[in-house]
Amino acid sequence: MGILDTLESQVDAVVGWGRKYSLFVYPFVTACCGMEYMAASCAHYDTDRFGAAYPRFSPRQTDLLLVVGTISHKLAPVLKRVYEQMAEPKWVIAFGVCTCTGGFYDNYATVQGIDTIIPVDVYIPGCPPRPEMVIDGIMKLQDKIQREKAGLLRRRTMSVAEIPSPDTLSTIGGLTPHGQSKR
Amino acid sequence: MAKTPVPPSEERLLPRVRALLGGRVLDSHCHRGDETIIVPAESIQDVMRALHDDEELDFEILMDLCGVDHMPRRPRFEVVYHLCSYRKRHRLRVKVQVDGPEPVVPTLRDLWPGADWFEREVWDMYGIRFEGHPDLRRLLMYDGFEGHPLRKDYPVTRRQPLIGPRN
Amino acid sequence: MPLVELDKKPAEGGDPEERRMMLHMGPSHPAMHGTIQINVELDGEVIRRADVEIGYLHRCFEKMSETVVWNNVFPYTDRLNYVSPLINNAGYAMAVEKLLGIKTTERCEWIRTMMSEVSRVTDHLTCVAASAMECGAFTVFLYLIEAREYLWETIEQLTGARLTISYCRVGGVKGDWSKDFEPGLRDAIARTREKIHLTDKLLTRNRIWVDRMETAPTDAAFCRRWGITGPWLRSSGVDYDVRKDFPYSIYDQLDFDVPVGTRGDNYDRYLVRMEEMRQSLRLIEQCLEKMPEGELNVDHEGRVMRASDMKDHGARGETEGLVMDYSVAADPTLQGTGSDVVWSVRVGDRDVTLPPKEEVYGSIEGLINHFKLVMSGHGIRPPEGEAYQAVEGANGELGFYVISKGEDKPWRVRVRPPCFPTMSALHAVVEGIMIADLVPTFGAVNMIGGELDR
Repeated sequence: MGILDTLESQVDAVVGWGRKYSLFVYPFVTACCGMEYMAASCAHYDTDRFGAAYPRFSPRQTDLLLVVGTISHKLAPVLKRVYEQMAEPKWVIAFGVCTCTGGFYDNYATVQGIDTIIPVDVYIPGCPPRPEMVIDGIMKLQDKIQREKAGLLRRRTMSVAEIPSPDTLSTIGGLTPHGQSKR
Repeated sequence: MAKTPVPPSEERLLPRVRALLGGRVLDSHCHRGDETIIVPAESIQDVMRALHDDEELDFEILMDLCGVDHMPRRPRFEVVYHLCSYRKRHRLRVKVQVDGPEPVVPTLRDLWPGADWFEREVWDMYGIRFEGHPDLRRLLMYDGFEGHPLRKDYPVTRRQPLIGPRN
Repeated sequence: MPLVELDKKPAEGGDPEERRMMLHMGPSHPAMHGTIQINVELDGEVIRRADVEIGYLHRCFEKMSETVVWNNVFPYTDRLNYVSPLINNAGYAMAVEKLLGIKTTERCEWIRTMMSEVSRVTDHLTCVAASAMECGAFTVFLYLIEAREYLWETIEQLTGARLTISYCRVGGVKGDWSKDFEPGLRDAIARTREKIHLTDKLLTRNRIWVDRMETAPTDAAFCRRWGITGPWLRSSGVDYDVRKDFPYSIYDQLDFDVPVGTRGDNYDRYLVRMEEMRQSLRLIEQCLEKMPEGELNVDHEGRVMRASDMKDHGARGETEGLVMDYSVAADPTLQGTGSDVVWSVRVGDRDVTLPPKEEVYGSIEGLINHFKLVMSGHGIRPPEGEAYQAVEGANGELGFYVISKGEDKPWRVRVRPPCFPTMSALHAVVEGIMIADLVPTFGAVNMIGGELDR
């Protein structure tokens, strides 16, 4: 307690502020929602106003995975691989009801919600969601990022004995902002 | 109220088709203006070649090829071909009926390369094999998928995921 | 997820120094629209062999259609070609009407036609925008998506949704339009024209664009062998258009031209799409001019009826004088579906069409009528038979082949997807061209995952 905690919360606030306004998006666009994604990211609605929409088509350069449209079982391994290729910290938005729950495609080919494959931070339902909802979802994610504990100081002060093994690494706070440890 | 009587099913092409194909036409009808013939599966290549080459009919386009499962009726499966002529502006539906655990129909890929994917899809969805097709792989589903999902006895929610829970 | 592996073996019969490289493009690749994998075998930059893998967006449209009642298939048809859902809606509705042997009202035909043309414009806008963006012309993308936004706003005004609209019903459409719809649509047309004009100025004589697009020619014989239709076929010099050759709905009463290309390359495909957009805008304006007034229903003896005079008949009993004076106001989102106007856009056959909402909520007959049409085990039952109805989709001939066994659910709904034959021929088109030209060629197919994989 004391000065370190105070300092840490200040650093967290600054890091969160920086992260939330520099989201680089990997649009994993498959289906109908892609049309609405195009509308949301173009001039009319312009999600770039929130510092949150510049698409990068390489998972290694992005920190927000936007899963747009139905994911079939054939496509599921690809989605998982793309997610694994992204560097930490990373967040996921499920865009559209098919990615949230499978929507009305309750059948043999469709994944019933991408959270059965990868963790999800924000769910935007709708078939497809309107651009206003997309913007709302992005702002909610930004709030979430702001409130996260970056844990930068704690990592610096960690003694050698405390350095975790790779197995437990994913449960250390700050490294997985999407709450993977809860699963 | 606005129910207008459908024009009597006039047979525009069928007389010519019957004259051309003779005994190979097992059955024919004209429902709602769609003229249909049923031919034996083993003669489908000859029939299509004749329809394609005939100058009056001039069916140069294979518009569509699909399977139908009529379970529990026998014969169970149908393969339905929709032919079209740009120049003569008419259409014809040709059907073949097949049955058995491993139904087989000769391929039309040599006549129309466009039949390639259509036949692969029917194999994928119904398990109807097209004899002579050089590359009869699954088209829409993936390797390792068991069964043929559009068959009536395949449950709509029987999932075979590659990763993730078997929900 | 592009993945590169070097094949060390020399090509058969070729130069032993030659190295073939396998390149897997997609499915998660910006130019592959998310749902396609093209495996190409490269010799330097030249494509020697290509194999197209589809099915990543298979959502079982055909199987799902067999599990729901006839009217509930409409939401699934929206998501076939999600760039022009109104054409899909109208195509399926017409196929079922053909099976039932009914003809919908004239005003409904005009509205369906007009909205199909609006959809065609949005589809071509998206296609041109995407191919331009993939070639680096990002400004065009922004312009055209903005134009699409104007059209979507008018679509929303009429149908209540921007994209997946489910506007048609068997025997009609959801509702008539409201008063302020027409000026809004005219305004959107004018603004869309302006954006198309800007695009024309930016692209059509742009050296880079022309050089990038003068690739991958196909001729008419090739298209015939592969069953290709639509803009791709027309750019190869064949003037086949379902609207002209097998006129359906009211297209024979409208005046429009079918643009035809001469060389059949990507540039011609682009020009054909641009011209089709102008023709479609012309068609929309004609529809607005000639749109017949409502109340064109006829009764079973052919007398013209006022829509407001229509009452329950036949099996549901004569209710004249008994039906209460509806005091239930329809929700604003149900604009155009009130009983005063709805019968001008729906068949007045209560075995087929849903009654207007205020009847459902305001009278027991309306409620029972609605129940009988909606409940599983009831609903409309087309007679046993089959029908194939083709309409001109934005990518070519869109065919719906429906089979009824006289039940409340379709036995089989087959879609003939317009971009399917084009995609099946793509490997033959791209063999021998450069890898960089694959992207505009694939863009010119206008592959739509929903209708390709269904």
